[in-house]
Order: sequence, then structure tokens, then C-alpha cells
Amino acid sequence: MENNKAEVIIVGAGPAGVSAAMTLAKAGKNVLLIDRADKAGDKNMFGGAIYAHQTEEIFPDFIQNAPIERNIVNQKIFMLNDKNSVQFEYYNPENKDTTFTVYRSKWDRWAVEQAINAGAYFAPKTLVKELLIQDGRVVGVQTGLEKFYADIVIIADGVNSLLAKQLDFRKEIKDYDVTLNVKEVIRLPQNIIEQRFNLRGDEGTACKILGGPLKGMFALGFLYTNADTISIGYGVGLDELKKNKIKPYELLDNLKSHPSMERLISGGEVIEYSAHMIPEGGYNSMPKLFGNGVLIAGDAAMFVNNIHMEGTNLAMLSGKLAAETAIEALNNSDFSQKTLSLYEKKLKESIVLKDLHLHKNTIKVLSKNIKTITAEYPELAAEFFDIITNADGIPKYIKYRKFFKKILFSGVILKSIPLALFILEKCIKK
Amino acid sequence: MNINEKLATLKYNKDSESHLKVNDETCAQCNNKYCTYICPADVYEWNKDKREMIIRYENCLECGACKIACDKKNIQWRYPESEYGVKFKNG
Repeated sequence: MENNKAEVIIVGAGPAGVSAAMTLAKAGKNVLLIDRADKAGDKNMFGGAIYAHQTEEIFPDFIQNAPIERNIVNQKIFMLNDKNSVQFEYYNPENKDTTFTVYRSKWDRWAVEQAINAGAYFAPKTLVKELLIQDGRVVGVQTGLEKFYADIVIIADGVNSLLAKQLDFRKEIKDYDVTLNVKEVIRLPQNIIEQRFNLRGDEGTACKILGGPLKGMFALGFLYTNADTISIGYGVGLDELKKNKIKPYELLDNLKSHPSMERLISGGEVIEYSAHMIPEGGYNSMPKLFGNGVLIAGDAAMFVNNIHMEGTNLAMLSGKLAAETAIEALNNSDFSQKTLSLYEKKLKESIVLKDLHLHKNTIKVLSKNIKTITAEYPELAAEFFDIITNADGIPKYIKYRKFFKKILFSGVILKSIPLALFILEKCIKK
Repeated sequence: MNINEKLATLKYNKDSESHLKVNDETCAQCNNKYCTYICPADVYEWNKDKREMIIRYENCLECGACKIACDKKNIQWRYPESEYGVKFKNG
């Protein structure tokens, strides 16, 4: 790199940043990718799983070459009550090669290597303190020691994005627009994981966990199987955590010790504890996405669709679209806001804004109905099983009536109607 | 497994100066002290006698929750300097 000047500087080497770097490097553009960690991935964490569809757009041969853990062909939903649980399991071997669990330490490192091989420059151990702005245009970045200049800066510095804030492209995030997520990685022998989750070979499962210790709160637990570890954790609205005045690691311990969870991780060794925030405000909390000489991608732009556990793939896609916009701008030597508005146009034509727009009120609706979803449904599901499976000598009409009365008097039907209508609206609306 | 055992699974490089700062007088006025609950690493602890916030910045997981949770906007938050702070071996 000459004179500390690149065509594009990307701040943050997470999924959004590295995808932008790959796209730009492959197009022959001079790109500098910067990250504050010693090695890419050191300071990143997620659940989690990546989806092949978007990942292949950036890394076409990743299935053969990337450090992936398990091939997710099994999805589970746990509905927990205090002592019991009802579980739904969907096993489809045809879903092979669509979803994979990975560790961010390994994945991010591998991804950055691909970007370097494609021609990108990578500067780790570099904390960007602020953007350099001249005449209303972003012209580069200031690190601890140096200034680096570029025609375009892509901000991909994650959920806390201090750079988006510096530009006043977004206000301080509200506590109801983020979830705090805590996770433990627990080591277990591969054959034990396979037995407990009914998997063969490199098959894996991705699980969502509702209720139990998390009931009544806007919170969702998760469990992913890696080759020889389990990742278990949950996310909870930061406003909920404040309201309940509970320590996040205590809530995690409560989840782990639920009878249905405990047996899945029993005998395992906790090898890592971590935490991270995930944006959840969606469409309504999005910052301004572009300006003179600048674009924002990934979590920094609040591009997360929590309902579908999509954040990493949206980050990759938005990084690619930001890069494509930058390529267009570079080819025309025009880095103005007007030219860079192409970014938003591309996002609107992609699932990034299409899905976020569709779900812009979903969090609000789910929050209002959270008790129904996390406490009443699991209870009714368990009771349903008790009624149809318990041969306890009680005449069936008595049991059916009791169940029916319970549904009627709990008001769950009434409460479910707006929820059902809301879902229906999502099926009809574009 | 208590919080210290959980944090012991991580690698940290402690800087000589804290990357997290508060104004203790403002903390003294705060009735909620949400930071002392919501921090996943137990960084914040209110010392009633000395009327000051103990900040165990060396344990920080750099999630950013405290900055947003503090209703008094009293936390000066930044990332640790490069080469310092937490490292996730797995993520």
C-alpha cells in the first residue's frame, strides 16, 4: 500500500467486512481491511451457524475448504416448562450442505486469509479511533498511530459502531433495540454428541429454546452442535434484563440446569464463556446507510433478522452489496452520497431490506405476546400430551373438558388471534 | 461454576489503564445501578463505603451492554487499545 492510501478502507474484519474485502479484491480494487483484534475472529462470537446460500456467493468453495464443524440437517424447538419440556424435531437429510456450525475464531481467520489471497491488504491489531472527515466527506480513518486515506470507507465495526455514531448516522442504541447474548462452549466426546442428538457422522443440530427459566421475558435460548463441543446460550432483550435485575450468567446456569438441558450437556467441560450484543431493532432502528465517501454494513447497520436467526448471512450479503456499490463508484470516480445511494437500492432488492421491512413490527408484536408464547403454549403442549398419553383411569370426557376449560379460561385463544392474524399478514404481504 | 471460573476460560491481556470510566458522583445518585446486574462479566461493583464504582475492566468482554444500559449515560466506553482486552479462542 502506498502513502497510506487505498481505494477502499474497510473497518472490521467480521462477516460484513471480509465479504466486502473479497468482493473488492476479486474486482482488482485496492482494499485495506482493518481489525482491532490480534487475529481475525479473536474478539467475535456468535451462536452459531452460517447459511450456505449467502456464504457461497462470497466463498464459492467453502464447503470443501473452510473450517466447518457440523452439517446441520436437524432442527429442534424446545418448549420448556419448569420441570418438563415438549420438543419438536425436524430431521431432513436433504438439508445437507445448507447450514453449518462454525467457530468464529477459525472461520473469521480463514475468511480473512481468502481475502488476502484475493489481493486485499489486512491490518490486524489496529484500532480505528475515528473517521477522517474533510468538507463533509469521509476521506479515511485515524488509528492509534497513523492516518489512512481512501476514496470510500466501509464501516463494518459491529453492533456498537462508534464510527456510525461519530457521523451521527445513528443515535445511541436503545436498550430495547439490542439483546445481550451469553454462551458457553462445552466439550463432549463426538460419539456422545451423536448419541444424545441422534446424529451420524458430521451431521449436526441447531436448536431454539423457549420458556422455562427464560419464560415471560423477551428471550430465546439456542444450542448448536459442533464437532466435539456444544454451544449453549441465549439472548435476552437488554431492557428485559434491566427490568428483571438478573445476572446474565446466572440465567444461563438456570437454563443449563433445566432437566431437559442438563442431560444433554452432562459430563461436559466448559471450555469457553463469552458474551456479545445482537441488534434486534431491525428496520426501525437502522442508521443512515451511506454518505459522502462512506457505506455501513453488517451489525453496524443493524441488519439482523432475529426471528429467522439471520445476521451473519445478512452481514455477508450487505458487505458484498456495499463492495459492488463501491466498485461502481470507483469506476466512475464519483464517491458522492448520490452515487453511493445505489447501496440502498441494492439492499432493497435483496432479502436484507425485503425481510427486515416485512418484520419491522414483529419484535413489538412478539414482545406483547411473550407470556403467551413462552409460558402458556409450552404449558398447554405438555398438558395435551398428559391427556392423550396418561392412562390414569380418569374417564376421558373429564380430561378433555378440563383441558378445554383451561384453554378457554386462560384466554389463550383470544390472545392467539392477533398473533395468528399477524402471521397471516406476513404470508400475504410482500 | 461461578463467574470467576467462567471468566477463567478466557485469555486476557490487561492494560495498565481502564478503558471504562464513570463519574462516581453520578453513580451515587443512581438508584438502579443496572450496570452491576447486566454485565456478563461482573465488571461493575458499587462500593457503598467509599461511594465509588469498582470497575474490573480486566474482565471486560467488550460487549457494550453497559454503555447502553446505563440510564445516566455515565459510562465513558471505548474499546481497549489494540493488543489488549479479551480473546475468544473459539467464539
